[in-house]
Amino acid sequence: MLAYVIRRLWQFVPTLLGVMALVFLLFNWIGGDPAYLLAGKIPDPERIENIRRQLGVDQPWYLQFWIFMKQVATADFGVSWATNERVSAIFTTRLGPSLTVLVPMLVISTVLAMAAAMLVAYWRGSLTDRAIMIGCTVGQSISILVYILVFQYVLAYRWGWFPVQGWGSGLAQNLLFYGALPILVGVVVSLAPDIRLYRSFFLEEVSQDYVRTARAKGMSEPRVMWVHVLRNAAIPVVTNVMTQLPGLLVGAFLIERFFSIPGIGREVILAVERSDFPVIKAVTVYVAIATMILNLLADLIYKAVDPRVELK
Amino acid sequence: MSPAATALPASAGSASRGLWTLAWSRLTRDRVGFASLAIVVFYVVVMCASAAGLIAGDWSREVGVSYAPPGFQGPDDPVARSATAPTVVPESAVEDLGIPDPLAGVLAEIRRGLTGAAGAETAAATLPLGGDKWGRDVLEKAIKGTETSMIVGLVAAGLAVLLGTVFGAQAGYRGGRVDDFFNWIYSVFTAIPYLLLVLAIAAVLNQKGTLTVILILGLTGWTGTFRLVRAEYLRHKAREYVLAADAIGASHRERMYRHILPNVSHVVLVQLSLHVVLFIKSEVILSFLGFGVGVDTVSWGSMLNEAQSELLLGIWWQLAAATVAMAVLVTAFSLFTDALRDALDPRLR
Repeated sequence: MLAYVIRRLWQFVPTLLGVMALVFLLFNWIGGDPAYLLAGKIPDPERIENIRRQLGVDQPWYLQFWIFMKQVATADFGVSWATNERVSAIFTTRLGPSLTVLVPMLVISTVLAMAAAMLVAYWRGSLTDRAIMIGCTVGQSISILVYILVFQYVLAYRWGWFPVQGWGSGLAQNLLFYGALPILVGVVVSLAPDIRLYRSFFLEEVSQDYVRTARAKGMSEPRVMWVHVLRNAAIPVVTNVMTQLPGLLVGAFLIERFFSIPGIGREVILAVERSDFPVIKAVTVYVAIATMILNLLADLIYKAVDPRVELK
Repeated sequence: MSPAATALPASAGSASRGLWTLAWSRLTRDRVGFASLAIVVFYVVVMCASAAGLIAGDWSREVGVSYAPPGFQGPDDPVARSATAPTVVPESAVEDLGIPDPLAGVLAEIRRGLTGAAGAETAAATLPLGGDKWGRDVLEKAIKGTETSMIVGLVAAGLAVLLGTVFGAQAGYRGGRVDDFFNWIYSVFTAIPYLLLVLAIAAVLNQKGTLTVILILGLTGWTGTFRLVRAEYLRHKAREYVLAADAIGASHRERMYRHILPNVSHVVLVQLSLHVVLFIKSEVILSFLGFGVGVDTVSWGSMLNEAQSELLLGIWWQLAAATVAMAVLVTAFSLFTDALRDALDPRLR
């Protein structure tokens, strides 16, 4: 077990180097000279020279890469080009609002989707099954933008059930008042693909031998589903949720943008709009690290709940 | 193609049927899948006609009054215009608050001059699916948007699946160092969440345009195909027919692309279909955020972007047109993908 973890952590090294090389290539080579971006509308040669020296762009590429590696290791990416805020401060202040919306959203949508998927798998092949599946396909085919626009317009602007947008300071206020509609939209959007995916997990389990055995010894159908099938189908669900998490941190950017939630995703969009390279670089590298760690954790949990799984 | 498929069952006893004819006959039996295919084909025809300039060629012409509501009053008689134009145009937020607009008189005069000038041609009071802010026909915009989104989806998916197939074939067939190298690239690309990678590249390139969107999506989206194709090649390379091909002197390249590729092409085809859907959705989001197609191109994403502010005025038809056009295509494409998978690989059912 320990040997496995160490080997996996060791494998992080080339991947992380690759991610850094990719980011470096994108921003330092294809991205062009940042001094021209920073110097403003009327580039003054002296000022450009100054900025270049400050950023280290006048160094050869291997020294620049070394600077970048030091930045990653010390978690110090300097200041944002757009706002002069420290990049590390941006991270720590934006993470809270993101998680306030993400965690309830993820929990609610997972529970609802599992319940729906179990029912649909129980009625597999029936008209209900087909109707819900087609409903999910149609629901999935509507852009997330439309869900946000229509929910915000109808529920908040027209009917006034929720605030249109905004963010407060207290956790309870944020969660129940400002966060309610974003969470609702997030749940609605993720329900359709989740039900489809989890249904396949349940169907996989329903056709297993142990289900036939349980039925053969006279176990009631609800008990088969709730005790035996649910436990086994929950394993891939958990790993799926864990591996989704880092992507969601960024993927929720549309929701954060429309509802003015000061989270990581909105920060990424702002950074892309302003060509704020330090912020994008930092987000990319750290989200990649988070992805790798969560993938490892997902594998370990998989092993913990299902002893048949062999880690190799 | 269909006469061949229907004629085949009669002769099935004499000659064994190939994968593709079998798959085709399974597909025609699947009614949902076949109907979806018909819808997809319809969209492709619309796309081609639009690209050739046969329809919606003059989408940018301002044919109607500003925010012309949907309806079939058709090109206008002067009475209808004078009746509708004043009610539609001067709806400003200021008047709602009860404060008189100090510039109202001046604006009304300018507006009268403008509509008079435009009305000298034919400014329709209503359009089939309504009009946008400049009085452009939403139906024509939706058609043009279909062209843009479909071209981006199809070409980017083609590029991504081509890359994934070539990389996967190399990694799976050659193994060893080549495999290690491609697996490393794969782990790097999958460590970064897909949308973040797309946005990061959009930030660096910092230029809009259809080609840019295609390149961004195509160059980042190959990982899923790579994983599946590599696994298929690993399974196939030790099979008898590949060894036989080796024995008759087929080169590595021939074995990879002439012998194995047709046998894994069902995986590639399903991936292609899946990625078209994924990329159409991504393009809409990118264009909506303003990192997508250029300002002189209309896409569903840019239509939704305009609809965002229109909705506050109660103008819903552009939103509805873009949403329905996209939802019908994506639903049909997804159902077709499912049917295609079932038809090509019946074991999965």
